[in-house]
Amino acid sequence: MKERSFMKSLSAGLVPAVPYLWLGVFFLVPFLIVLKISLSDPAVAQPPYRPLFEWSDIMGFFSALDFENFELLTQDDLYFRATLSSVRIAAISTLLLLLVGFPIAYGMARAPERHRSLLVALVILPFWTSFLIRIYAWIAILKPEGLLTQALSGIGLISEPIEILNTEWAVYIGIVYAYLPFMVLPLYATLEKMDDTLLEAALDLGSTPWRSFWTITVPLAMPGIIAGSLLCFIPAVGEFVIPDLLGGSETLMIGRQLWSEFFSNRDWPLASSVAILLLIILVLPIVIYRDVEARRLETRP
Amino acid sequence: MTRRLSVFNVTSLVLGFAFLYLPILLLVIYSFNASRLVTVWGGFSTQWYGALFRNQALMEAAWVTLRIALLSASIATVLGTLAALALTRYGRFTGRTLFTGMIYAPMVMPEVITGLSLLLFFVAIDLDRGFWTVTLAHTTLTMCFVTVVVQSRLMTFDRSLEEAAMDLGAPPLRTFFAVTLPLIAPSIVAGFLLAFTLSLDDLVIASFNTGPGATTLPIRIYSQVRLGLSPEINAASTILIGLVTLGVISATLLSKRSVLRSQRNAH
Repeated sequence: MKERSFMKSLSAGLVPAVPYLWLGVFFLVPFLIVLKISLSDPAVAQPPYRPLFEWSDIMGFFSALDFENFELLTQDDLYFRATLSSVRIAAISTLLLLLVGFPIAYGMARAPERHRSLLVALVILPFWTSFLIRIYAWIAILKPEGLLTQALSGIGLISEPIEILNTEWAVYIGIVYAYLPFMVLPLYATLEKMDDTLLEAALDLGSTPWRSFWTITVPLAMPGIIAGSLLCFIPAVGEFVIPDLLGGSETLMIGRQLWSEFFSNRDWPLASSVAILLLIILVLPIVIYRDVEARRLETRP
Repeated sequence: MTRRLSVFNVTSLVLGFAFLYLPILLLVIYSFNASRLVTVWGGFSTQWYGALFRNQALMEAAWVTLRIALLSASIATVLGTLAALALTRYGRFTGRTLFTGMIYAPMVMPEVITGLSLLLFFVAIDLDRGFWTVTLAHTTLTMCFVTVVVQSRLMTFDRSLEEAAMDLGAPPLRTFFAVTLPLIAPSIVAGFLLAFTLSLDDLVIASFNTGPGATTLPIRIYSQVRLGLSPEINAASTILIGLVTLGVISATLLSKRSVLRSQRNAH
């Protein structure tokens, strides 16, 4: 009998242990390795970095660590500019996403109840189709002789082809387009629960619609605004595909820099340092996001 | 008080959905273009679909992608369901904070970081890059999404059903398979489908972790797109979009039917 309960608690313990172990091995350990390699020297070899760690040589391990790669990152202002421009592009995109996403989410929340689940499904559907394909579709639209130019000159609005592809504007359009469901859905979730009588009361008391929007709707939608913004901002900072396909060679972004250090220059230690740099920028937003999400899931009835 | 749609609401909905769907629609239309120039209409033709199926490299990549997606989504579904159970049913176990952190971080983490760190890990343990490394990488990423989907279902779950089964003498494991699992099954299926599509779609993590003989469809498409637009890619995209749309619609209908059935049974 005692043995059986031991077996039972053992098998019950496996439920958290198996996924825990998996994430430990395939998520946590790889991070420590990135950290380690970012502190090692590049080598012309396969793999192209000098291995640092030998169990028999703990002292040698610590003496070989150096911050050379990080010094390089601070000396070469390319990385500084790439960091600034990533954060700027991500911040502007998040703002644009709020501007575009809020009216859509608001409209969905005010639609008749029987139509709402269809509207939600329509927002999610594009998300299920390939990200790469959705970005690819914009190349044909934005390129100099592309469909946008054809359409606008067709109705006589422009006479010269407009240059959008390979500019930062194309990156904004791409990010807003690809991330829109991530902004609309959290916003909709909070707006849908909003109590309309509050707005009525404000109007009855003589508030203008514009003022009641800012003093009632926006504060009540704040959890959705924060969740949606973080959900867009964090991956946008490290975005690679969109700036690479739409941004042209002028658009500097840190995810792209990491990619080219790794694939073109084959400097793995420097690529790892860039990854650590990117992580340092994102640690705070990720921690806030985790708290917001965990609270949202745990307080749900 | 019923909510009313203002002109502004309707306009923003119409413009919003036009913005979401117009690019996809144009892509589909131009896949039937007879002209080789992707943005100039040259009459209706289905020739690019034929060319697509004769494109050996693209077909091989599609097959590899499908196998990786099926395998990684299956493992991720099991792991993610276990993780969701751990988070909802095990209270505050040791290291729970780290565990939730490891669940949420991969979902928002830029893919370049996840891809690079996994690659360096595989190199460190001397595992040859290829089919298996991509599968392991995709499993790790997608299990977190499965966890969140299943977890949100377990949160709204009526625990008294489980308690009733236990009171009637069903052992925990039997209760799980007879009561819990059927009730959370739709969310498990949804989690699997999400994991499957994420794996099908992934370019960045696959690029870092792939090796000889494991070129996936997104990697192949990406390298062609960098060389310029091609009507074949439009055709391939249209097929993928069609499959996904069919899948989502049938999943919605299935879940609607099961909701109706359970409502009928309840009365």
